[in-house]
Amino acid sequence: MKYIDEYRDKASAERYAQALAKITTRPWIIMEVCGGQTHAIVKFGINELLPKQVTLVHGPGCPVCVTPLELIDKAIRIASQPGVIFCSFGDMLRVPGSKHDLLSVKANGGDVRIVYSPLDAVKIARENPDKEVVFFAVGFETTAPANAMSVFQAARENVKNYSMLVSHVLVPPAMEAILSSAENRVQGFLAAGHVCAVMGYTEYYPIAAQYRVPIVVTGFEPLDILQGVYLCVKQLEEGRAEVENQYTRVVRREGNAPAQQVVGEVFRVIPRKWRGIGSIPQSGLGLAPQYAAFDAEHRFGLQDCTVEEPQECISGEILKGVKKPHDCPAFGIRCTPEHPLGATMVSTEGACAAYHRYRRV
Amino acid sequence: MCLAVPGKILSIADSRDLDPLQRSARVSFGGIVKEICLAYTPDAKVGDYVVVHVGFALNTVDEDEANRVFDYLKQMDELAELETPAKEAQ
Repeated sequence: MKYIDEYRDKASAERYAQALAKITTRPWIIMEVCGGQTHAIVKFGINELLPKQVTLVHGPGCPVCVTPLELIDKAIRIASQPGVIFCSFGDMLRVPGSKHDLLSVKANGGDVRIVYSPLDAVKIARENPDKEVVFFAVGFETTAPANAMSVFQAARENVKNYSMLVSHVLVPPAMEAILSSAENRVQGFLAAGHVCAVMGYTEYYPIAAQYRVPIVVTGFEPLDILQGVYLCVKQLEEGRAEVENQYTRVVRREGNAPAQQVVGEVFRVIPRKWRGIGSIPQSGLGLAPQYAAFDAEHRFGLQDCTVEEPQECISGEILKGVKKPHDCPAFGIRCTPEHPLGATMVSTEGACAAYHRYRRV
Repeated sequence: MCLAVPGKILSIADSRDLDPLQRSARVSFGGIVKEICLAYTPDAKVGDYVVVHVGFALNTVDEDEANRVFDYLKQMDELAELETPAKEAQ
């Protein structure tokens, strides 16, 4: 496939790896934020191509992984109600809540449907006017334009039986939370390419300046990641802390204006709780007041509640790049993709799932 | 959730009466064809490649920029060749 295969060329990958080895003189710790990048790194064994002094740690760029436990429980409560069609992206279905997951609600007769696009959920709402159709809007900035459009369209067409359970999170505040933490060891970042395709990368300039960290906007194929790491290490070796764009074929500096416009119309920035990390101010999106009618939490009268996490799960530390999956005593033994203890094992982009699947223990 | 895949626009639905936000296209991903919303890529044309995420085209793929990854590699190789004779002289 064009724009994919050529970026997986083994010979080119090895040449990048050699070039990287030539310029690396000191140990460096670089974090890649996006779960999609984590997956590619583990799947293609990119870690093994890097010189020993370069360590890649995985960040919290997995929106499934960082969705708080209480939100999963709310989703389950809504989905379990008669007269509700609950729509979601596939990977949310097996994330464990306090007691069950959405898949078990489906197994017990709940109408839970996997959709490819939030527009499919709006279509289901139009076709089932006697049911309440709820869409589980989970994602980073990459998914916000699609989710925003579903509400925008539903509002304009007066699709009253459609609502969204929102769990949107933003990347820059998470990076700042990691950088400002006392235990932080991250010295450079590979920023999430598709998040930046939407938002552009001007938000990263103040972060690079304040924390003195290079930030390289990076794509998702092996050559993208290798070039991203190369550019980041080159900056670190040269003592620079700039924002650079590796993913130029897709990302423009200002991002996608019409997408930002619709997101700005439908959503507003709010504080959000990140599973395993805690509450980060200004780190999420919630529906703007004029679209509050489409908020499933209001529509179903769900009160705020806090829930305890299972003790053994160290997802939080993995999402901050402090620990790796094989540091967890339960990894592969009590916690597997079939019986996950936490979100990083369930989500297809979670670090634990990636390590388990590609057997890099 | 960040996974977006490049696909080629095969045809764009006739949108004369439609709102630009509902403009859609048939996009081919290596042979698999899906209906994709082009609300966020108003300038995309038939034959363009777009990066698609959950049913929406997020941006067009710039062909010239796409080659940069390989040009950079070539430059690094050329630089390495220039350096080698100097090292041998030492």
